[in-house]
Amino acid sequence: MLQTTNLQYSYNGGSALAFPDIRCETGEHWLLLGQSGCGKTTLLHLLGGLLTPQQGSVVVGETAINALKTSQLDKFRGKKIGIIFQTPHFVRSLRVGENLELAQQLAGLPVDKNHIAKLLDRLGIGHKINAKTDALSQGERQRAAIARALVNKPEIILADEPTSALDDKNTDEVIRLLEETASEVNATLLVVTHDGRLKERFAKKILL
Amino acid sequence: MLKLSWKNLVNKPLNMALSLILFALGVGLVSLLVNLNHQVEENFDKNLAGVDLVLGAKGSPLQMILCAMYHVDNPTGNIPIEKSRAFLNPKHPLIKQAVPLSLGDSYRGYRIVGTTYDILQFYDATIAEGKLWANPMEVTVGAAVADAQHLHIGDRFKSSHGLVDGIEEHEHDFTVVGILKPSGSVIDQLVLTPSESIWASHEHQSVDGEETVDGGRQTVDGEETVGSLDAASVEAHSHAEHEHTKVAPTTYDSLTISQLAQQQRLDLMEKTDKDITAILIRFRSRTNIQALNMARNINENTELMAASPPNEIARLQTNLGLGADTLKMLAWVIVIVSGLSIFISLFSSLRDRRYELALMRVMGGSPGTLFQLIILEGLLLAVLGYVLGIVLSHFSLGILAGFMKSTYRYSFSGWKFLPEEGWLFVGALAVGFVAALIPALQARRTDISETLSKG
Repeated sequence: MLQTTNLQYSYNGGSALAFPDIRCETGEHWLLLGQSGCGKTTLLHLLGGLLTPQQGSVVVGETAINALKTSQLDKFRGKKIGIIFQTPHFVRSLRVGENLELAQQLAGLPVDKNHIAKLLDRLGIGHKINAKTDALSQGERQRAAIARALVNKPEIILADEPTSALDDKNTDEVIRLLEETASEVNATLLVVTHDGRLKERFAKKILL
Repeated sequence: MLKLSWKNLVNKPLNMALSLILFALGVGLVSLLVNLNHQVEENFDKNLAGVDLVLGAKGSPLQMILCAMYHVDNPTGNIPIEKSRAFLNPKHPLIKQAVPLSLGDSYRGYRIVGTTYDILQFYDATIAEGKLWANPMEVTVGAAVADAQHLHIGDRFKSSHGLVDGIEEHEHDFTVVGILKPSGSVIDQLVLTPSESIWASHEHQSVDGEETVDGGRQTVDGEETVGSLDAASVEAHSHAEHEHTKVAPTTYDSLTISQLAQQQRLDLMEKTDKDITAILIRFRSRTNIQALNMARNINENTELMAASPPNEIARLQTNLGLGADTLKMLAWVIVIVSGLSIFISLFSSLRDRRYELALMRVMGGSPGTLFQLIILEGLLLAVLGYVLGIVLSHFSLGILAGFMKSTYRYSFSGWKFLPEEGWLFVGALAVGFVAALIPALQARRTDISETLSKG
């Protein structure tokens, strides 16, 4: 479950951005639509605990995440929140599989190579497990990023413009995989986008 | 975490190689200098052999000591026995023991020393096989000589003039009668023989003038001992003048040896028409005022020169040490520059990796984790550089050791490790840590949200 109340954030000296309250139940899939520059990414960072709001609170499950200390929050995020970014980035010195192992280690979980292999297979990039991340295509990179977000079976998956760099075919594929895999671990999925192509695919929408 | 640090380094092989090579160079140089300095000092000290005074012909005192004690330089000249016989006298009130040395010849770079059994006691040498030299042209060789030249009892060889091999050969054959046990001192590198052997070679040369090839010039032999052409005639002569062919001792306890040595010195004192090169002296008491003044008295009042090895060596070491210290400082500068290179390469890699670091925070890593990661990268470079440097330095020491052995006849080893190198390790770690500190703090402070939204 993901819930926000009275969330406000302002960048140094700038005017405050106020966000509508959100309440997503466990396992629900939501689409957060808004034009560029309206604070979508800021909201996503607030939800993921990457930013601390000046006002209001974010509750994930039972935990008010903005009350946690920095390193506690980092651990919590690693375990419970999977985040997919607009442009997928990886630790470039590590291979695809190793990047997923790192995600498990950093979250303080045991490395489960079997699970990683299955997950990559599920996303159709099982053969790339030992590839350098630089060697992946755009679509493959986004799938690997999904795999990384999912590897710790998070309660919440946040996706920031996951399809903006993809063509129609890949967009369909990535969103389908995102929805399917989120359902498989019963995670709450929240996709932030301005991409009109996705409007029809989500029943639950928030407009910013 | 260590694995990640390592992979991060290997991912930028050129940066890593540059830092590593610089670091290894610095560490290697420091280690090399420390080792060289240490081993040179050790060799010098080991060979001081409790000698309080060296007597020789006037010249450079340092040269005399390098020649008479370390056998690396040429003699300053010869001194007549007539002028120096008092110092050989076993009854001398101040002198406990003296070693007369007659130098001038060598065998394949190993010096042939005409001397008495006193030298054995100075260097704590004992016989390993065969017997001690007793008659002219008999030699007992040091362990290192026997080893390097594959000499065995009964082997015969010709000597050459000076310390360098092959300048000109004397015609006389030396016979190996014994081999000494290794002692770790300079005596291992010497060929020991009675002084008569040296005289025989040299006087022969001076009478013959141009070296003749036909081997026998029996005509000169008639009048004097000079010009005796082979071992047999030298022996025959000493026969006539003295009683018998001398017999080498069969027991080697120190009493027997020192009695025989005393007798040898007394015999030598009689040869007033001959020269020797130097005398090594041990005082009865080092605190005796007269003994302490002896060097000055000799230098002021006689044609001889006296010098104290500890003083001369201390002076030499201060001079050498000054050079070594300057070089060591230079080496540390290299280490610090390499630290700077680690700093720069970490810092610039940090800019490329900002997104990665932010990502690691997203995945659950704390600011401390990032700090650790960067520090580890610095330390890893330092440790690798250190190991590489030490291997480099000891490898070159190993090569140098072989060269030193053949040129200076000293035993160097490439595989001795010193406590200083432990400190060097601590120093290396410190440099690695300091170099990584600022980048690591920077990594710690990474603003994840800002970095990630810039993509």
